[in-house]
Amino acid sequence: MGLDANDVDVSPVEATLWVLAIAVVVALAVPWFLWRDATIVAGLPAWIWWHIVWMGVASLVFYGFSRRAWGLGVEL
Amino acid sequence: MTLAVQLGVLGLYLVASLAIGLIAYRATDSAAEDYYLAGRTLGTGVLLFTTFATLLSAFTFFGGPNVAFSIGPEWLLVMGLMDGILFAVLWYVVGYKQWLVGKKHGYVTMGEMLGDRFGSSRLRGLVAGVGLLWLFPYVMLQQQGAGQAVVGLTDGAIPYWAGAALITVFMILYVTLAGLRGVAWTDTLQGVFMLGVLWVAVAWLATSVGGIGALTDQMVSTNPEFGALGGGAYSVQYILGTAITIAFGVAAFPQVNQRFFMAKRVETLKRSFALWPVLVVLLFVPAFLLGAWASGLGVAVPEGGNVIPAVLNEYTPAWFTALVVAGAMAAMMSSSDSMLLSGSSYFTRDIYRPLLAPDASEEREGRIARIGVAVFATATLVGALLTQGGGLGAIVALGDTAFGGYAQLTLPLLCALYWGGTTRTGMLAGIVVSQAVYLAHVGVLSVLGMEGVTVAGVTLLKASYLTWEYALWCMLLSLVVTVGVSLVTPPAGSENPAKFGVGAD
Repeated sequence: MGLDANDVDVSPVEATLWVLAIAVVVALAVPWFLWRDATIVAGLPAWIWWHIVWMGVASLVFYGFSRRAWGLGVEL
Repeated sequence: MTLAVQLGVLGLYLVASLAIGLIAYRATDSAAEDYYLAGRTLGTGVLLFTTFATLLSAFTFFGGPNVAFSIGPEWLLVMGLMDGILFAVLWYVVGYKQWLVGKKHGYVTMGEMLGDRFGSSRLRGLVAGVGLLWLFPYVMLQQQGAGQAVVGLTDGAIPYWAGAALITVFMILYVTLAGLRGVAWTDTLQGVFMLGVLWVAVAWLATSVGGIGALTDQMVSTNPEFGALGGGAYSVQYILGTAITIAFGVAAFPQVNQRFFMAKRVETLKRSFALWPVLVVLLFVPAFLLGAWASGLGVAVPEGGNVIPAVLNEYTPAWFTALVVAGAMAAMMSSSDSMLLSGSSYFTRDIYRPLLAPDASEEREGRIARIGVAVFATATLVGALLTQGGGLGAIVALGDTAFGGYAQLTLPLLCALYWGGTTRTGMLAGIVVSQAVYLAHVGVLSVLGMEGVTVAGVTLLKASYLTWEYALWCMLLSLVVTVGVSLVTPPAGSENPAKFGVGAD
């Protein structure tokens, strides 16, 4: 019971990596490194392609989290 | 002829929704839990689509594309960060925890859950009251949007009041009959329908103009800024502030928060969590790009009109434009029907039952809930009719700022879910203070149209402080007050943090 991840079978290292991975997914949802960039690639601005690909990456990370570490920090 | 086709398409769509409601009605019993939560039995497809369709509103088809048309497609990133990523994280942090707690103790509403944990019917009523305060104007705006959409589609052949009333009657019919099961099933139809018509619209436009490359070229040559990320209205503060405020607001929006209690199995929550970002791309990329591309096509948007119907009218046949407007109506109905149901459950469970009729049976509560839906929808319809000609400015302002209003509930909610040291007094103070300060800002900025109030040389109640919008500062205030007051007040005897699985400090 409580906040710790007793019920979740991941090592502390893996738990830290999941938190980091989700932090990166959040931080780069907006491609800050393309700020003011106007390159067009294959019919769309490059930053729109980033958005499309990054949402796919986010889904994969969330899927991986839900398989491996679901319950981390949340179990009742 | 054209009018007959348009009305035929709209009519078919409404009848199909109602038919699904009737089928769901046969599967629903009269008890409140079944009525509000479909007996906690929703599977992945239906839960995902009902939550998703609930998030959508007139903004997906009208407001969002209009913004992309006038200031560029960067709203895609705001939406991606907000609904695709931050909301997914909150889906886990708030939603999964609420699902666990709700399953264990049988909660149906957020107010009920918090009231029970803190042993306070006052807190329960307060949370429900705040929920209803922002819900009423938001539903009203959806009906207003539906009325305007029908006027735009039929060039005024069907008047505003008739369009708004038509939508309202259909919603009351299937919501009162079939409850959440009917709402969830029609939402799934509406969600699939919306996705489908948007992609067909993009294909149609791209084919007639010469591909998406040509569309983008024309957009960029007309508005060179639209190709570059950021600039103009899109500052870093705008993108982050909007995404954060709305994502946190969505998590406490009654009809979304209530969906956290509905999943049958944890697998359902997991799959929805992972599919979230993909669904956001599938829906908003076509919707917002249609708006942005239209800016390069020289499409004339009538005063007060919307860009999507305008561009489709020029490039596709009338029946297809009618289908897309039916899609927009689907978006408005799918968010409003859920809001009606949640509003009704907030009222009957958290205000009517504890304060007025503690002994009411489940059956009786189910009946009151159905009456509540009809009364609520009729009242918001009257509101929507009165806004024509510029009435009810204050209520319209509340509807426009509703996400920020709900966002003020989310941080106190997170404190309650995760920190055993949260006290009843801390929750009451955090919610009351942040709502009061946020409402003061809305009153001064949106209702009175002032730029702030200067007292002794200091300007307060401004739209932004240190370049960040006021809603974010109010959220910070809600956190500081909840934590600060909790630290200096002892828990009351009837509080029970163990209900949320957190130990008291």
